Amino acid sequence: MSELRSFVTSWPLLRQRSGDPTARGSAARSGHTAALHARTGDADRVVQSVCPYCAVGCGQRVYVKDGAVTQIEGDPDSPISRGRLCPKGSASKSLVTGPQREHRVKYRPPHATEWQELDLDEAMDMIADRIIETRRRTWEWRDDEGRTLRRSLGVVSLGGATLDNEENYCIKKLMTSLGFVTVENQARI
Amino acid sequence: MPGLGTSFGRGGATTFQQDLQHADCILIMGSNMAECHPVGFQWVMEAKARGAEVVHVDPRYTRTSAVATSYVGIRAGSDIAFLGGLINYILEHGREFREYVEAYTNAAVIIDEGFQDTEDLDGFFSGWRQDGHTYDTTTWQYAGMEVHASAGQRESGAVTGEQAHGGHGAHLRHGAPPEQDPSLQHPRCVFQLLKRHYRRYTPELVADLCGCTEDEFVAVAEALCSNSGRERTSAICYAVGWTHHTVGVQIIRAAAIVQLLLGNIGRPGGGILALRGHASIQGSTDIPTLYNILPGYIPMPHAHAHDSLERFLELNTAPSGFWGNMHAYTTSLLKAWWGEHAHAGNEYCFDYLPRLTADHSIYPAVLGMLDGDVHGMLVLGENPAVGSANSGLHRRAMAALDWMVVRDLVETETATFWSTSPEVASGELRTPDIGTEVFFMPAAAHTEKEGSFTNTQRLLQWRHKAVEPPGDCRSELWFTYHLGRIIREKLAASTDPMDEPVQRLQWHYPTSGATADPSADAVLREINGWGPDGSALSAYTELKDDGSTACGCWIYCGCYADETNQPARRTPGSEQSWVAPEWGWAWPANRRILYNRASADPAGRPWSERKRYIWWDQERASWTGEDVPDFVPDKRPDYVPPDGARAQDAIAGDTPFIMQVDGRGWLFAPSGVVDGPLPTHYEPHESPVENLLYAQEWNPARQRFDRPGNRSNGPGDRDAFPFVLTTYRLTEHHTAGGMSRFLPYLSELQPEMFCAVSPELAAERRLVHGGWATITSRRAAIEARVLVTRRLKPMPMGGGVVHQVGLPYHWGTNGLSRGDAANDLFEIVLDPNVHIQEVKAATCDIRPGRSPRGAVS
Repeated sequence: MSELRSFVTSWPLLRQRSGDPTARGSAARSGHTAALHARTGDADRVVQSVCPYCAVGCGQRVYVKDGAVTQIEGDPDSPISRGRLCPKGSASKSLVTGPQREHRVKYRPPHATEWQELDLDEAMDMIADRIIETRRRTWEWRDDEGRTLRRSLGVVSLGGATLDNEENYCIKKLMTSLGFVTVENQARI
Repeated sequence: MPGLGTSFGRGGATTFQQDLQHADCILIMGSNMAECHPVGFQWVMEAKARGAEVVHVDPRYTRTSAVATSYVGIRAGSDIAFLGGLINYILEHGREFREYVEAYTNAAVIIDEGFQDTEDLDGFFSGWRQDGHTYDTTTWQYAGMEVHASAGQRESGAVTGEQAHGGHGAHLRHGAPPEQDPSLQHPRCVFQLLKRHYRRYTPELVADLCGCTEDEFVAVAEALCSNSGRERTSAICYAVGWTHHTVGVQIIRAAAIVQLLLGNIGRPGGGILALRGHASIQGSTDIPTLYNILPGYIPMPHAHAHDSLERFLELNTAPSGFWGNMHAYTTSLLKAWWGEHAHAGNEYCFDYLPRLTADHSIYPAVLGMLDGDVHGMLVLGENPAVGSANSGLHRRAMAALDWMVVRDLVETETATFWSTSPEVASGELRTPDIGTEVFFMPAAAHTEKEGSFTNTQRLLQWRHKAVEPPGDCRSELWFTYHLGRIIREKLAASTDPMDEPVQRLQWHYPTSGATADPSADAVLREINGWGPDGSALSAYTELKDDGSTACGCWIYCGCYADETNQPARRTPGSEQSWVAPEWGWAWPANRRILYNRASADPAGRPWSERKRYIWWDQERASWTGEDVPDFVPDKRPDYVPPDGARAQDAIAGDTPFIMQVDGRGWLFAPSGVVDGPLPTHYEPHESPVENLLYAQEWNPARQRFDRPGNRSNGPGDRDAFPFVLTTYRLTEHHTAGGMSRFLPYLSELQPEMFCAVSPELAAERRLVHGGWATITSRRAAIEARVLVTRRLKPMPMGGGVVHQVGLPYHWGTNGLSRGDAANDLFEIVLDPNVHIQEVKAATCDIRPGRSPRGAVS
């Protein structure tokens, strides 16, 4: 009986009579539309974050469902951004979930014309070997006047302004302990 | 950041974005804030809504100009002339905030009698060395002071100003420089030197040199002067429009002088806001991935001067101000890195630090790749194949490496230089000939890792991890930690003394999860540091020089106070004061406006009720107010340092710049800036016009690399390259494009590389709106779609006009939206203080039609 009732009352003409005389409002609303809702409402959790683009530092709320990011919104609690995001910040969901992202290590041997696959652990091991070998080969204990150098200029590291403080700290700490001096970032661009 | 550091003591923005709402006037120069920092710009609009004047001075008319109360167009590269004109206007008309200037700046200090100005030497200061590259700064010092050259000065030219903390070795009796004239009349006092230095920077000269009108200039000067003083304050915002010059540090110094003269530093609605372009570029300087400094701006040791910790401290410890505690800061850092291996008996492993001998910054290193001196490279979230000056030379340098690791979210042009670069397309390089071994390591996104960014206002904000990274994607923390772990395992049995520092490195961070992800929270706690009992320190004032404290970055000490991750604090803005001290954590000591003791008069009273911020509470015998006082909390305003006082105890109660050796803001910089104690207008390294002020055309100390592939458009090439070239950013793209050109929405919004030219230049060169143009320099030729727009206008110069060409620099060969890289056109020529390239003003030619494509036969 109630099904019949809802079938009858969903008839657009009746809906139009009940407060939508021009039939351009609720009377035109489809069942599909009525079932739509914001995906932020389905999130398992909301995580506070910060926009990764410029240095304004806008607050972000990251909506997560089933272990995946479903939406990123401006955080109205932020006293800096007050909930706003610019076009880049608004696109950051596609930055983190889009098909442009590479998910696998790629390896290009010397003189190769194509990428090859490489296991992550093997890549880490190979990189460690390269660093150790180049360091040994380019090590400088002293300069021409006998002053201590204790370094290598043979390996450089570039990048840091898009990274976290904790990452920069560990990069500087490790590279310095290995004697690498040219540790640089975007501050010079 | 030495522009701010040498003037005020710290290399960071003096204020915070929300405070812009309290400004009575805001000068935006060297920045297109509305388009490049749009969300921060809401605070400028708040100020405007409250009645503030908003002035935009820029070579291009932009959306910032459109909503400003006034806009003045100037020729790219003429900023110091404009700012020098403001300084002259203030001094000529007596518009300085006299009490502030007398009490809080070094205006009264008398300078060495050997000092000679650019007005005396036609564009040089005294001390220009015969080597033709550098200054001996001895004659720039305060008179009557026995000054030992700091490490930085000894290797001037090889060292950047970030290392220089000023006045090393100079002892001040009762906190005051030895020779002063409080009446500001002595011919060698800073105030008179300033007047003399800028007296030719008249409105007429500004108009001739910058290409604006005298009336436009005077209106800006009046806006600033009439909105500064006891009752009113003005702020200045800048971005890379000021840093991307061979005189970048000096432009910022000029702004600092303007703000000190007008009494706008340390006060609400005042200050200088450096607008940085990457999420944590401030953080990556504070905790530096930079060659010349250690965390907290401690200098990296030099082979020439620092053979021992004792000698290092002797040369780098200031006798007064907070740099007087260099020993505690350095020892605590070494303890954080080498733990129990670091003790007094071995100078806390100071000897483990590698030594500098020259400029080891990235540009010389890239040339080192070409020359076969550098063999391996790690690229971590940067895209130099597009983003660096003379990017074509960088791509060629990559082809000369043995191996390279690229970590990024996407395949950037740097990752694929061996297959997609224009040099491969032209046949100059052949992929099978390129011997570089390339590892592409996919990175975790910001939502897939925990950690802190330090934003443009020195604010650390923690991000929580939302999801696990997909596939092989990992954070830089994961990569660095495990790389270090593997290297240490491989070297564990080594007896070679070169491996001792890494063997003994404290490298034990807790890991969790299937990927053994290291704890960023634990790293933050190490950055904060701990005391003898292992508990987290609360403030850098607790650091000791006896090895009993460990601290990874002394200026960040306090970020983990009370064993709490302070950057993770998220009290909503609506539930606290407008300063919002419980949102994140700002260095140092959670202070939001630096030098805020200057918001009170010398006696500790607010300069005015309207601009009340920090003041001396006589009853409680402490400083109090809206913010954390940037001063020893209980130091009385009438405190006079006793004989023998050192470090902060040697700073008087009425001098607010507590990092400086004399507690004063530096109108005149006796040290810390290698190319002059006062900013001077020089033409850009490449300029279509001659210097109207001096026979010396260019900054004589600029850093050049004159070699094949990096030649200049010289003065003899003015007919061949007659136009000014400047680069800029768009709202919809981000720097070298790795985070924007690959995204569909952003690529749709800004789909194509273009060049902006005026209708007059379009007519002169027969350029058609929407058609193609080729832009050339001696480094490269690139093509772009033509945008004919009145936003760029011909600048009247010496009876003729100078045309300017504007290029967004985001594009490269990869991604959804592709185009030529603007940076291919530029020479590597650098500011001598910070080794930053000049890409905001160079010269070029522009012709209709596409550039040649494909293989060169």
